[in-house]
Amino acid sequence: MSQRRNLQGNQACALGAIKAGCRFFAGYPITPSSEVAETMARELPRVGGTFIQMEDEIASMGAVIGASMGGVKAMTATSGPGFSLKQENLGYACGAEIPCVVVNVMRGGPSTGMPTRPAQGDIMQARWGTHGDHAIIALAPASVGEAYSETIRAVGLSERLRVPVVVLLDEVIGHLVETVDLDGVAQEGEVWRKWASGPAQGYEPYAVTDDMIPPMARPGDGYRAHTTGLTHAPDGFPTQNPDLAVAAMTRTTEKLVLHRQEIESWRVTECDAADVVIVAIGIAARAARQAVKDLRDCGIKAGLFRPVTLWPFPEEALRDVISSSGAKAVIVPEMNQGQMVLEVERLLAGQVKVTPLNRIDGEAISPEEIVSGVWEVLS
Amino acid sequence: MNVAEDRDPFEIKDYIREDQMPHFLCPGCGHGIALRALLWAVHELGIEKDKLAVVSGIGCSGRLSAYVDANSFHTTHGRPLAYATGLALARPDLHVIVITGDGDCLAIGGNHLIHACRRNLNMTCLMLNNEIYGMTGGQVSPTTSNDRFTTTTPAGNTEPVFDACALAGAAGASFVGREVTMQVLALRDLIRAAITHDGFSFVEVISDCTEIYGRKNDLGASPEMMMSQKSPMRPFAYRNTVDVPFRPNALKTGILTQQERPEYGSAYRAMTAGLRDKTGGE
Repeated sequence: MSQRRNLQGNQACALGAIKAGCRFFAGYPITPSSEVAETMARELPRVGGTFIQMEDEIASMGAVIGASMGGVKAMTATSGPGFSLKQENLGYACGAEIPCVVVNVMRGGPSTGMPTRPAQGDIMQARWGTHGDHAIIALAPASVGEAYSETIRAVGLSERLRVPVVVLLDEVIGHLVETVDLDGVAQEGEVWRKWASGPAQGYEPYAVTDDMIPPMARPGDGYRAHTTGLTHAPDGFPTQNPDLAVAAMTRTTEKLVLHRQEIESWRVTECDAADVVIVAIGIAARAARQAVKDLRDCGIKAGLFRPVTLWPFPEEALRDVISSSGAKAVIVPEMNQGQMVLEVERLLAGQVKVTPLNRIDGEAISPEEIVSGVWEVLS
Repeated sequence: MNVAEDRDPFEIKDYIREDQMPHFLCPGCGHGIALRALLWAVHELGIEKDKLAVVSGIGCSGRLSAYVDANSFHTTHGRPLAYATGLALARPDLHVIVITGDGDCLAIGGNHLIHACRRNLNMTCLMLNNEIYGMTGGQVSPTTSNDRFTTTTPAGNTEPVFDACALAGAAGASFVGREVTMQVLALRDLIRAAITHDGFSFVEVISDCTEIYGRKNDLGASPEMMMSQKSPMRPFAYRNTVDVPFRPNALKTGILTQQERPEYGSAYRAMTAGLRDKTGGE
C-alpha cells in the first residue's frame, strides 16, 4: 500500500527523519527552514519522541549532540547564519564521532542576506564550515521525494558511520511542494549505530576496528565511558601522544574513504557520448535536466551529472562519466559565485575545460540560462 | 529520593577513575574539594554510577568530568547546559550533573544558563567560581572582584561582578544555592539537596585559584584564601560591592531559593501524551 502525500521539501525532511527512527529534534526558528522544526514539533510526540525549541542555534546543536550521546537519534535544521553558529559543536560531533543530522536550507547570504530567497552559498560551508581537519558527509536532494529519501539515508549513514551528516537543501527544494510516496523508499530496516557489547572491563570507546567504526557505549549500559572534544586515545581519554593523535585523526577521515561506496551517490542523465556535461545539485540540477532536454531537441548532445552525495564528492564517478562520454566541455551552474566548480575543476584538471555559470540575485537558475551558457561554451 | 543513611562510609576511590590520576589541578586549587563534595553527595543518595551522567564544559572545571567514574561528557566551551538539556530530555532515567565554571557558565554560556533556569529541566548545575579564566592563563572573568589584577586587566579590574545566584534566581531557577569549599560538609549537603530537587538546581561553589590569581593578587596561599571565603571583613567573591545595588555586600550561603515548579521533561511528556500514536496530520 502506498501512502502518497503532497509535501514541502522541509516537511519531507522531517518525516524522513522520523521514518528513519529520529526521536529527538532541537531547533531554533530561521527562514527558510522553520517548517522542519514545526513538522517535528507536531509529529515527534506522536511517536514518543521529543521536540524542543532551544534558546539559540548553538544550544540546539549542543542539545542534539547531547541526545545522541544519550543513545537517541537526533536532528536539527537551520539556514546559513544558523549553520555558522552550529559549526563549533558540529566540529565536536566530528571529533567525538557522535551521529547527528543537520538540515541546512540555503538562502541568500552572507549574513541576513535574502532570507526568503534561494541560494546555494553553503556548499563550501557544509564541507569546511567547522574548524580543523575533519570528515563530514553532505547530501544534496533535488526533489521533495529525495528530501524524504535522502534524510532517511542521512540518518542511516550518520548512525552506521558515526559521523555528522548535513542535508543541504536550497530554499526552492525546501519550499517546493510535490507528491511523495512515503512507502516508496526501500529500507532494509531501521539502521542503528553499532552498540558496545561484551564486558565493560577493557572496553575502548574509540577502539580501532577493521571497519574503523568504534562501537558506541549507551549511558546506563555499564560502560561508563568518557567522551571529549580533546584529541583522545582509543580509551576515550585525552592524549597528546603524537602517534595516538595522528592515529585518531586519520581514522576518522580514512573511515569515510573506506566506506566511500556506501556514502557516494549520484545520478547520470544522457551522458553517453555527450559533448557537454552539466554538473549541478538541487534546484540548479532540476533546471539542468530541462536544459538537457531542450539542448537535445536542438541536436546538442548534452548530459547531466548530479552529485546526490555532495561531500565526499563522487570523484571517480565524475571522472569516469566525463572520460567515457568523451565530453569536450563541462559547465557548472550554481546559485553562488562559484563553489562546487572549484571541486569539479580540481577533479577534471587537464581532462576537460570547466566553465562556471553563476546566479546570485536571489532567483533560481533557469533552464534557458543553462541552455545559453552551453551555447556559449560550445561556440 | 531518600538519603541512604545506612550506606558504607564514603570512599572517594569508589567514584573516581584512579587510572586518570594524577589529576592536573594546581596545588591549592579548590576544585578538588568541590568534586569530593559532589561525589560524597552522590554516594549518600545511593545513585548508581551507571545512571550518573557528568557533563562539563571547557576550563579547569571542565576537566573534572574525566575523573568521575560515570558516564562523562567533556563538551564545548560554555555549552554543557545545552548538551545536558538534550541528554536529560532523551534520557530522563539518568541523573545529570553539569560542572561548569564562572567563565564557562556566565560569559560564553550565559544564555544557556538563564534559559536552563527558566525551563526547569531536571538536572543539577555546579558552577565552580574561582573568579578567573585559569586554564587560559589568568584572564579576567565575569566574577573577578573589583581592582584585581589579571593578565587582561593589568591596571586592575573595573568591571562589576556578576552575582550568579541572583541571576539564576531572577531567571526563574527553582533551586539556587551557594556554598564555599571551606565548608565541605555544608557543600555536600547543599549538593545533595540540589540533586534531590525535582527541576533545575543551580549551585554556586566558591572555589579558589591560588596559583595564577591568588598569588598574583597577594591573597595569600590556599589556607588564607579559603579562610577569607566567608569572612565578612573581606568577602572573597563579592568585594567592593556596596555601591552596586544588585549585588550583596556579604556572601550569603546555603539554599537561597527553593520552590516547586513543574519539571520541564515531565510536563512536556504529560502535555504531549495525548498526541501519542495519533497518525495523520499534514
